[in-house]
Amino acid sequence: MVKVNEIAGPLVLVQGVSGVAFDELVEVVLPTGEVRSGKVLEVSDDKALIQVFEGTEGLEIKNLTFRFKGKGLELPVSRDILGRIFSGLGRPLDGAPPVLPEKKLDVNGSPINPFARDYPDDFIQTGISTIDGLNTLSRGQKLPIFSGSGLPHSRIAAQIARQASVKNKDEKFAVVFGALGITYEESEFFIANFRKTGAIENSVLFINLASDPAIERIATPRLALTAAEYLAFDLEMHVLVIITDMTNYCESLREVSAARREVPGRRGYPGYLYTDMATLYERAGRIKGKNGSITLLPILTMPDDDKTHPIPDLTGYITEGQIILGRDLERKGIYPPIDPLPSLSRLRDKAIGSGRTREDHAGVANQLFAAYARGREVRELVVILGEAALSEVDKKYLHFADEFEDKFIRQSESENRTIETTLKLAWSLLKILPREELKRIKDEIIDKYADQG
Amino acid sequence: MIKKVAGPLVIAELTEAKKADLVFVGKQRLIGEVIELRGSSASIQVYEETAGLKVGDPVESTGAPLSVELGPGMIGAIFDGIQRPLDKLMLQAGAFIPRGLYVDPLSRTKKWPFVPLAAIGDEVKEGDILGTVQETALVSHKIMVPPGISGKIEKLDSGDFTIEETIAVVSGRPVAMLQKSPVRRRRRLGKKEPVSVPLVTGQRVVDTLFPIGKGGAACVPGPFGAGKTVIQHQFAKWSDADIIVYVGCGERGNEMTDVLKEFPELKDPKSGRPLMERTILIANTSNMPIAAREASVYTGAAIAEYFRDMGYHVALFADSTSRWAEALREMSGRLEEMPGEEGYPAYLGSRLADFYERAGGGRCQGKPERDGSLTIIGSVSPPGGDLSEPVVQNTLRVAKVFWGLDETLAHKRHFPAINWLLSYSLYADNLGRYFNEKVSENFSRLRQQALKLLAQEADLEEIVRLVGLESISPKEQLVLFVAKSLREDFLYQSAFDPVDQYSSLGKQHLILQTILDLYQLGEKALGLGVEIESIRKIGVMEKIARARFSTEAEILAIGPLLTDEFNNLRSGKNG
Ligand SMILES: Nc1ncnc2c1ncn2[C@@H]1O[C@H](COP(=O)(O)OP(=O)(O)OP(=O)(O)O)[C@@H](O)[C@H]1O
Ligand SMILES: [Mg+2]
Repeated sequence: MVKVNEIAGPLVLVQGVSGVAFDELVEVVLPTGEVRSGKVLEVSDDKALIQVFEGTEGLEIKNLTFRFKGKGLELPVSRDILGRIFSGLGRPLDGAPPVLPEKKLDVNGSPINPFARDYPDDFIQTGISTIDGLNTLSRGQKLPIFSGSGLPHSRIAAQIARQASVKNKDEKFAVVFGALGITYEESEFFIANFRKTGAIENSVLFINLASDPAIERIATPRLALTAAEYLAFDLEMHVLVIITDMTNYCESLREVSAARREVPGRRGYPGYLYTDMATLYERAGRIKGKNGSITLLPILTMPDDDKTHPIPDLTGYITEGQIILGRDLERKGIYPPIDPLPSLSRLRDKAIGSGRTREDHAGVANQLFAAYARGREVRELVVILGEAALSEVDKKYLHFADEFEDKFIRQSESENRTIETTLKLAWSLLKILPREELKRIKDEIIDKYADQG
Repeated sequence: MIKKVAGPLVIAELTEAKKADLVFVGKQRLIGEVIELRGSSASIQVYEETAGLKVGDPVESTGAPLSVELGPGMIGAIFDGIQRPLDKLMLQAGAFIPRGLYVDPLSRTKKWPFVPLAAIGDEVKEGDILGTVQETALVSHKIMVPPGISGKIEKLDSGDFTIEETIAVVSGRPVAMLQKSPVRRRRRLGKKEPVSVPLVTGQRVVDTLFPIGKGGAACVPGPFGAGKTVIQHQFAKWSDADIIVYVGCGERGNEMTDVLKEFPELKDPKSGRPLMERTILIANTSNMPIAAREASVYTGAAIAEYFRDMGYHVALFADSTSRWAEALREMSGRLEEMPGEEGYPAYLGSRLADFYERAGGGRCQGKPERDGSLTIIGSVSPPGGDLSEPVVQNTLRVAKVFWGLDETLAHKRHFPAINWLLSYSLYADNLGRYFNEKVSENFSRLRQQALKLLAQEADLEEIVRLVGLESISPKEQLVLFVAKSLREDFLYQSAFDPVDQYSSLGKQHLILQTILDLYQLGEKALGLGVEIESIRKIGVMEKIARARFSTEAEILAIGPLLTDEFNNLRSGKNG
């Protein structure tokens, strides 16, 4: 006799079952005929612990039936997923019929064999100087945007999606968009953007809004990445995946963990948060012998703008860098308010240089970092001591920092700068500093390029 | 028979199993290890994803512990945490790692040329060398008498053999080149000696300021993006060890790809041979099963000790030990053990100590007499960069070198972002004797002086921040000037510049000597009334700034120029 022992949070504990597999999909049928989907989190003797994606609201201990599906959650795929909009659990939201599947894929995927990976070193020009010049994005990279509430991460992500291009390459592109618990307006902003540029034809959207069930969000990025893997490695397309907002995802995980009464890790998030996020983020990349790639741009909001909060912290430990938005820049009215110093692209050094961008790129970038960092230090000194107390060189650094923010960081939402424009701009700014200060750039390079700016 | 499945933990009814036994779990025959026994109930950590396992599914014990295979064929290979060869896995199964697929770690068909060293009639015991196989141009693989075998050599062959074929008979027992050794068992040295020879890494801040010795244990903690992996890669590339074992433990797939792509192209500075010819990779990335991540450091250590026993200087890099500790925590949580600090099990400290204690050098077991060492360098990834957390704290108790990576430095792109005020090496004194003897008699003195200037700089900056540069004396301004040069022209080292990425000890010493000469000359000049402003403007600074890219001869030539320029300053003053 199957009976429900307990309903707690998003979890249902049933007893009296047999042959139930760990991690399998289950349908929970209510007396009204409503069907919800769930996933088996644990099996023990004749008991199974089920996480219900749509939540347990309205469920009664009695009168539930369970249909165990004998397999995990799957995504039906075919070329026809392009241009479609799905719910956070993969049900069509656009009124069109379900996709006629070419095959069905387990949404958990399998780990890419590290030996099979191809190193992501194809420079993607996003047209944004702070990214291209300083924290370069590569095809197949996972590069999150760390944002704060009210900061324009959506506009930046949309700008990247609009402008991203790879030099001298004419290949098949696709965008996969995963919305996790964001507002209707935010989601519409992206959709409208994809429509405007025509990208919608080559997009697959999975939408879980703030008003949708929270636990469903645990499945949504897996669906999005499964679609991306299919497009990238079966159809060999270059896929840009935008997932927003990972903070909501982590909160759903925390909710499940709390309901399971697991020993909580930092700030109540489960100890396996790192590993769980890694199984998502590591699905980005390139594979030897395949033309496609998955470039992953997850967006998360840092609670309290705190970079050491477990969500940004563990994300930074997994991804290949991060783009951090700064509230100070935003307050100065600078768009995009990307703070270059704590931002990082770990793949930059292999993606730039002669033959890729330009031979002076690395030196220039390193010098801009060092000089802007010094300029900011000087700016702090000025607060205490006043500008008069500065040495001549430090005054120049101060001026540099101001100009750098105004000319290099700032650009308009429709401005698509080539890498050459970005580098030219950089040289013109470096001219502010005495030549002896340019220690990060080799002499030959200064001789060759300094007049460019 | 399975009773319970909770993530990577399976509880099964298993009557005939011992602790640490390797088991096959479920119809998919997933690989697992018994980690706890209670009555007939066994707790098993499963090294593969457990989705689909059911209560009632079969569990079968192999009766043997989880082991590594040791023998020719390891160099240049890439294994997962339980030594499955990832290259062969790809050949069989494609780009994604499947479940339930077991492939022999070492080739059973490849023939290796075995050259005997011992002779028929010799009395041998464990660890004695029977013969060698030239595995790569850099590594001669010594075939040693395996544990548990001793006596007279009755037969000893020469020629091409697979690792399973008999190459010798000792006391009636056949010996092949393939040995199996339990992953968690430690191989002991004959006699451990104190650390006295540096592991030269070519990284200036490391070798000169905070050196590590062969056989030593060191850690690199730091927040994300501070440069742990880059410095570990630098060590793996340039340090003067004979064998490199690199364990990518719960980190990024692309970082392993990076090694696989670069190492075959980079040349060992000593021999000119591709670095891959001395390197073994263990890759259990963050998205691979967590239990195998726990095993990966032991797999690495077992392989490293095996080569040490041959008489090699082996360096083991583990990036990151925090991910390993998290795997421990995960299993402990599933076992419902009493959690200690931050949820880590109470035995976290002793596990970490056991691991770092495997470092050491000295006389190996067996004949002929030979010395070997194992150096262990682990990175630590503290949440939020907070060094007070348990993994860092427990590591600091056992590691003798601490290279603390600093976020502020990393944000300024000062690399390696090793904080010179916090970091330390407990080997510095011992190794100082070596440096003084082999590099230059003033090596330790220069090091002390550099550290002192850097510490003074920190204090002075504090003052300048409050009251301005004008308020400190010219002498103090000179300290700031020289310390800046130390930071920018000596400590700063780019991992991506073909010249700068490796600095010989001689070159390190010359740059440091030049900068400290500058200090001495500056002090003297100030005493003679020269203005600090004129010292700041000397032309030779440009040469010092370029020293990182210069040859030793070019750096040597800076000295006289420096003296000249100061003479001019002084005579300008007098005249
Ligand atoms: N010696 C160096 N020279 C030049 N750049 C460096 C150096 N060390 C680090 N970097 C830069 O810092 C980035 C981050 O370094 P790294 O990946 O080693 O960080 P990490 O500490 O391992 O981070 P995580 O904990 O997230 O793995 C590199 O991608 C590189 O751009
Ligand atoms: Mg790292």
